[in-house]
Amino acid sequence: MNLFLSLFLALGLLAAPASGPDEDTPREGVVVLTNARIVTVTNGVIENGTLVIQNDKITALGTDVDVPAGAQVIDCTGLTVYPGMIDSGTQIGLVEVGSLAETRDSRELGDLSPQMKALTAVNPNGVAIPVTRVSGVTTAITEPSGGMLPGQAALINLHGYTPAQMFAGFEGVALQFPSTGRRGRFDRRSDEDIKKASEKALKKLNDTWDSAELYHRIDSTYQASPEAGRRPEYVPSMTALLPVLRGEQTLIVRVNAARDIESAIKWVQDRGLERVIFSGVAEGWRVADKIAEAGIPCLVGPMLSIPTRESDRYDKAYANVGLMHKAGVKVAIRSGNTANARNLPYNAGFAAAYGLGTDEALRAITIVPAEIFGVSDRLGSLEVGKDATLFVADGDPFETSTDIHHVFIEGYQVPMESRHTKLYDEFLNRNPGLEKHRETGGGTN
Amino acid sequence: MKTSILLLALVLLLVTPAQAQQAPPSGDVLVQGATVLTVTNGTLGNTDVLIRNGKIAEIGQGLNAPSGTVTIDAAGMYVMPGIIDAHSHIGISNVNESTAPVTAQVSVGDVLNPYSLSIYRALAGGVTTSHVMHGSANVIGGQNETLKHRWGIIDPEGLRMQGAPRTIKFALGENPTRVHGRGSNMRPASRMGVEYVLRETFSKAQRYQEAWDRYEAEARTNPRAISPPYNGQLEVMTDILNGDIIINCHSYRADEILMLMDVLEDFGIDRVTFQHVNEGFKIAPELAAFGANGAAASVFADWWAYKFEVYYSTAYNAAILTRNGVVASINSDSGELNRHLYHEAAKSQKYGDLTDDEALALITINPAKQLGIEDRVGSIEVGKDGDLAIFNAHPLSIYAIPQKTIVDGIVYFDIDKDPDDMRLAADPEAAIETVTLWQQHDHHQCLQQGSLDLYDFLQDQ
Repeated sequence: MNLFLSLFLALGLLAAPASGPDEDTPREGVVVLTNARIVTVTNGVIENGTLVIQNDKITALGTDVDVPAGAQVIDCTGLTVYPGMIDSGTQIGLVEVGSLAETRDSRELGDLSPQMKALTAVNPNGVAIPVTRVSGVTTAITEPSGGMLPGQAALINLHGYTPAQMFAGFEGVALQFPSTGRRGRFDRRSDEDIKKASEKALKKLNDTWDSAELYHRIDSTYQASPEAGRRPEYVPSMTALLPVLRGEQTLIVRVNAARDIESAIKWVQDRGLERVIFSGVAEGWRVADKIAEAGIPCLVGPMLSIPTRESDRYDKAYANVGLMHKAGVKVAIRSGNTANARNLPYNAGFAAAYGLGTDEALRAITIVPAEIFGVSDRLGSLEVGKDATLFVADGDPFETSTDIHHVFIEGYQVPMESRHTKLYDEFLNRNPGLEKHRETGGGTN
Repeated sequence: MKTSILLLALVLLLVTPAQAQQAPPSGDVLVQGATVLTVTNGTLGNTDVLIRNGKIAEIGQGLNAPSGTVTIDAAGMYVMPGIIDAHSHIGISNVNESTAPVTAQVSVGDVLNPYSLSIYRALAGGVTTSHVMHGSANVIGGQNETLKHRWGIIDPEGLRMQGAPRTIKFALGENPTRVHGRGSNMRPASRMGVEYVLRETFSKAQRYQEAWDRYEAEARTNPRAISPPYNGQLEVMTDILNGDIIINCHSYRADEILMLMDVLEDFGIDRVTFQHVNEGFKIAPELAAFGANGAAASVFADWWAYKFEVYYSTAYNAAILTRNGVVASINSDSGELNRHLYHEAAKSQKYGDLTDDEALALITINPAKQLGIEDRVGSIEVGKDGDLAIFNAHPLSIYAIPQKTIVDGIVYFDIDKDPDDMRLAADPEAAIETVTLWQQHDHHQCLQQGSLDLYDFLQDQ
């Protein structure tokens, strides 16, 4: 059965058409968007403005801009330009078909594998990539999962033919913080068992970190005077944690339950870690003041979720980001999805409607994640010198009635098509319809 | 067979407490000055809707109600028919009886749980009716139940939508072949086996019916005639053959959907609603041409790629089906997603440019048609049940927040009467309240059996 399935799948994948044929190939050049409403996010809104894209950058922007000779001009009358939306948590490129192990590269064996790199396993031709980017989501964190230290998440642009072309300048080490929450509906452990497992996990984390700190000290001594000492023994997992301990790389801590968030705050402070992000943070609203005080930015979502506790108001997951923002936490929004990361703007829209407000919700999927990931010199807003990673829409991108007309990723204008649009084009008026029909042998009753 | 059923019914009548026979609670409500989205008769500005004794009595301007009637000032608000979820697993304590490929004899109506918080959460999303289904582990699963969200009623009987047609769950493809073929080494292990199980079961039901017909004919002249043995499962199957139960079939791929339509045609069954139907768009003309009124399709707005049989999907599915004349609905199959079916309908509108009425029909009158309850619910019309959802903005807008939800003229959800502390912790004995960190497929309960998730249990490792 397994063999049959894999074979079947392999055939299916081979039969799928390669993306980007002929004139639909993404292209780069000098493009000018004229008569546009430009939502810069960082410098207000420009009405009736012009935006110039030269190769991969935004080179001019405003109401008084010269159009370079020979440029492709796109009249954006009635349209609005936004910076590309950034999803702060997906497994895009790592998971193709959720239930099929052969198509999942999000999890490696072992509990401690911070040396695993998601970027390595990103499939640039994953079918979800075009499906996602035509909705205006241009950039996403793709993250490994499973175990305590599952590997390194990467920020990728949703266009490119190699992982290196897609890489958007940030990689962080993921840590699943020991959890006292129940893992979904089917976790039937007793409260006592959950507590024990959590305590055991915390001990393991501390033992691991003690080792990592020791390794860091030995390595630092060696690096200071390589001629004097012996090179530390090769330990891949420890080597991968060195940049985190040196403060050069970010630790992304997945944590959700309120008391775990409090433990995690204490833990990162005790360990003296400064580059830390929390991810998930489902109960962030409960301890928002403490997160704000610790100054730890958060990647929150999915928004469309059931409350974590029966006694919580029905809309708490929708309201979470708004409440955290109000308390002063720096919050970006993540869809927590892969096939439907295209719904990021609707996650943001729900947060907007339930307390965050539209402007802040837009920031939470553009400039805020760009700042959190240290790439705000290139992404997150429309400014001269930044990457031309943007989209053009005919309205508020949070409304489903809005259509996205153009998407640019690092200056490449990507085709506005995906498996979903292609199947629509082929099957809306199928030919032949019913007129061609052959009788078969029929069934045996 | 008929005698035994009659006997059973008689016994039930005698022992059932009087309470179960009572009409469900109903009330009077006057909604004033709203934008009324009737779905079937357009949009009415600044209009009142009067519900009396649980039924819509009047729609118009400047309506008067008897003193004491609950009056809702809905100026600036939008009123739509109560949302109907054509595929749900809320409010029941079991989903699958996965012990055999055919379990037509069981019914989720026997395990209703009126205490389930998911009913209230659905109300908070404007949903008033849920078609609560058996799971998809078996080719022929159990019978389903159409519920009204009368939250607070503790008698399970009070949840039923009295008079709604009987329905039953079928399932094709990966789930039944995984559970039985791979999980228990019994047929079906393939889509060929699925067809065989269906044909075998329907054929047995035909023979069963013939045997009872023969017996009943003989019994008229021969008092000593001996009846065939009673078989609860085949009783249900003969009810399907006689058109008394609507088939609702979990299915994804075009080939398996064509197969079931062929089987049903051979057995003279001309009514079916396909559930999920991710590849329905490929065979929309065939679906529309099935039977006297076409086969219906209840789909997801945009779920795909969670398993191989939904890899070739398109979010334009509902639009392609609608444009080809198939009665389509959007369902949740989830205690999370059902809370924002209005948003799911809005996404379906986006993918294929449906009109507002077409999009709203996907979660109101169309699921009502599929469930055979369109004369009762699914639109705002005089004489229909007083089931309404009131929003602060157009329900197809992302900024719409449900304000009040009304079932049979009773307000069961009111955002203004929902303070943070109105819910008690569910387990007073727990030292700390349980915190559940929802996993992505948690809400998808099709393969849930008791405390076991057959999806995890059998997931391809």
